[in-house]
Amino acid sequence: MKNKIVTLALSATMGLMATTAMAGTLEDVVAKGYVQCGVTTGVAGFALPDADNKWAGLDVDYCKALASAIFNDADAVRYTPLNSTERFAAMSSGEVDLLSRVTTWTMSRDTQLGMNFVGTMFYDGQGFMVRKDSGITSPSELSGAAVCIQTGTTTELNAADYFAANNLEFTPVVFVDRDEVVKAYEDGRCDVYTTDASGLAANRTKFAVPSDHVILSEIISKEPLAPVVRQGDDTWFNVARWTYFALLNAEELGVTSANVDEMLGSDNPSVKRLLGVEGDFGTPLGLNKDWAYQIIKNVGNYSEIYERNVGVNTPLGLERGVNALWTQGGIQYAPPIR
Amino acid sequence: MADQNGSHKNVPKPSFVNDPKVRGIFYQLVVMAIIVAFVVVVAQNTAANLAAQNKSTGFDFFSQSSGFDIFFTLIPYDRASSYWDAFVVGMLNTLLVSVIGVFLATLLGFTLGIARLSNNWIIAKMAMVYVETLRNIPLLLQLFFWYTAILKTMPNVKQSFEWFGSIFVNKRGIYFPKPVPDDIFNWVILAFFIAIAGAFLLKHWAKKRLENTGQRFPVFWASIGIIIIFPALVWLVSGANLSFDVPILKGFNYKGGLVLPPEFMALLLGLVLYTAAFIAEIVRSGIVAVEKGQTEAAQSLGLKDGDRLRLVIIPQAMRVIVPPLTSQFLNLTKNSSLAAAIGYPDLVSVFMQTTLNQTGRAVEIVFVTMMVYLTLSLLTSAYMNWYNSRVAMVVR
Repeated sequence: MKNKIVTLALSATMGLMATTAMAGTLEDVVAKGYVQCGVTTGVAGFALPDADNKWAGLDVDYCKALASAIFNDADAVRYTPLNSTERFAAMSSGEVDLLSRVTTWTMSRDTQLGMNFVGTMFYDGQGFMVRKDSGITSPSELSGAAVCIQTGTTTELNAADYFAANNLEFTPVVFVDRDEVVKAYEDGRCDVYTTDASGLAANRTKFAVPSDHVILSEIISKEPLAPVVRQGDDTWFNVARWTYFALLNAEELGVTSANVDEMLGSDNPSVKRLLGVEGDFGTPLGLNKDWAYQIIKNVGNYSEIYERNVGVNTPLGLERGVNALWTQGGIQYAPPIR
Repeated sequence: MADQNGSHKNVPKPSFVNDPKVRGIFYQLVVMAIIVAFVVVVAQNTAANLAAQNKSTGFDFFSQSSGFDIFFTLIPYDRASSYWDAFVVGMLNTLLVSVIGVFLATLLGFTLGIARLSNNWIIAKMAMVYVETLRNIPLLLQLFFWYTAILKTMPNVKQSFEWFGSIFVNKRGIYFPKPVPDDIFNWVILAFFIAIAGAFLLKHWAKKRLENTGQRFPVFWASIGIIIIFPALVWLVSGANLSFDVPILKGFNYKGGLVLPPEFMALLLGLVLYTAAFIAEIVRSGIVAVEKGQTEAAQSLGLKDGDRLRLVIIPQAMRVIVPPLTSQFLNLTKNSSLAAAIGYPDLVSVFMQTTLNQTGRAVEIVFVTMMVYLTLSLLTSAYMNWYNSRVAMVVR
């Protein structure tokens, strides 16, 4: 804790000292040879060190995709685990090149913090988890409940809004560390644990008996989780944004890491443009012609990333839902490459 | 002597440039100008950089509504309150835990310090084990330990420990009946304060009498009597009414009454036990610093053990104790900022974590937070320095 306050104070001071030349992130990244990626301190399915102590998850795979586009090397990434209270200070100070850490896209963050949101990697919403034996089935039954929350999140505000709007009393018990929140809930300090629905599913996997806890189906907010870059660096913003679009376009065109080499010979002009066989869309971006090919070859398309980390066959077991492509009833949609 | 004075007068006044006084002032001005210039440059550079990062700056956010709730507040507060209110809530919570903490840590520290010097082997060794254990474990770990210990050992709401049907203890905290005084009851409170003033007068009178006649008066018991009986009489005579708002189990939790949440208890416990270990050592060093001859002199005068400690040893020991004691009070106040780790809504948790995150004004908020701790520390120091000047050795 003390360390974290020191980090925060340090990054605030570094914010003071940093020169005004914040632009040119892509040049800086190419020069140092890796992407410095800010991730969570550990959310299963999004960013968590795996059994081999390597970072894995949806957020991590996005960082790898970005590194593949730039360096043709998915491992040219270094990870900085950041708390929700540290993340924006770490961005301002230049400690990380981007945030890929379940950060909700909101207007005040977009307009007041000097940040730009790349695009919604994961459409989420805030939910509630309660103990099964409490018999609760709807958030409207939660009057007077003690609610465990992580500080510095949209969750804190949404919960206050929700309980006020529904005329319910509640006791917010707020912690800095996600692990502390989960532990306090598990120890019975709170009746309810609230965060993004995906986060609830992720943390439930860590409980001793996950089936003792239920996630209420009602969702009380919109939580578009998006990677974040610094405002005022359009080149880097474009690279980050089209990396995300490439993942979606690849899924839409049926290009996977398994068939990408085969697809190089495809007759479909859209596939040809995506993979750099026809036209050159990489150079104007500041990258190589085959940038998207490298992403798909190294990391896969959006569907592969989703199913590998949070999909139905993972401990999180999340359906695609609104995160399906627009062609399949979801709202994930990427502008065409042409 | 006369010659020397004369020769001094005869020294020609140095030229303006060589006058040491003028030079001194000049150098001080230069240093000051450099410091001011440095501060101005840093401030401007900061403002320019924040603007270049497209960040909103300034203190205007204080008047905006905060949008978040806090569960332990000393003043009325809800999500519609302003960030300024949130700031005040955090500051009051910090003050609350610091003031109570300093008081209890001093009591416990003095007890332990004296216990370590006890002639009773078991008491002395137990105090030693306490001090050596508590002061050698990082405070943050101790806070986590107490917090977990409270949460793990206390029962769930439905199985609360219960006393007299009105005090309840569970994982959510300790619930007390809340006294609800009516208007006339203010007279009883006034009587209470008058009684305290009376007790002081009595003490003064008893001291005078002791000095004049050598006769003792049981001041302590008499004072207790006054403080209890006088307000009680006023209460009975005036017919004031004091009702209680007893907590009642409703749905998830007890409603009504006063509640001390486990976060507060854990933080207070951690701070008090930790700081008391240091204070104990300071007290011990202070007492040991009083020469043994003083004890022997007091004994030869026939003073009782308690009087010897109270009248001879402690007053002399205080001269050694007070300055380092001030540091411990400051440490306790500053250490209370670890509250954020266990969810107690202190200044750091409410202001430097939540408010900073919702507004993004890192520089402003860190600055204000530092100023608050600085002010608290300087006020504590000022008071303790005043107290120290009262107990310090007077050179006769």
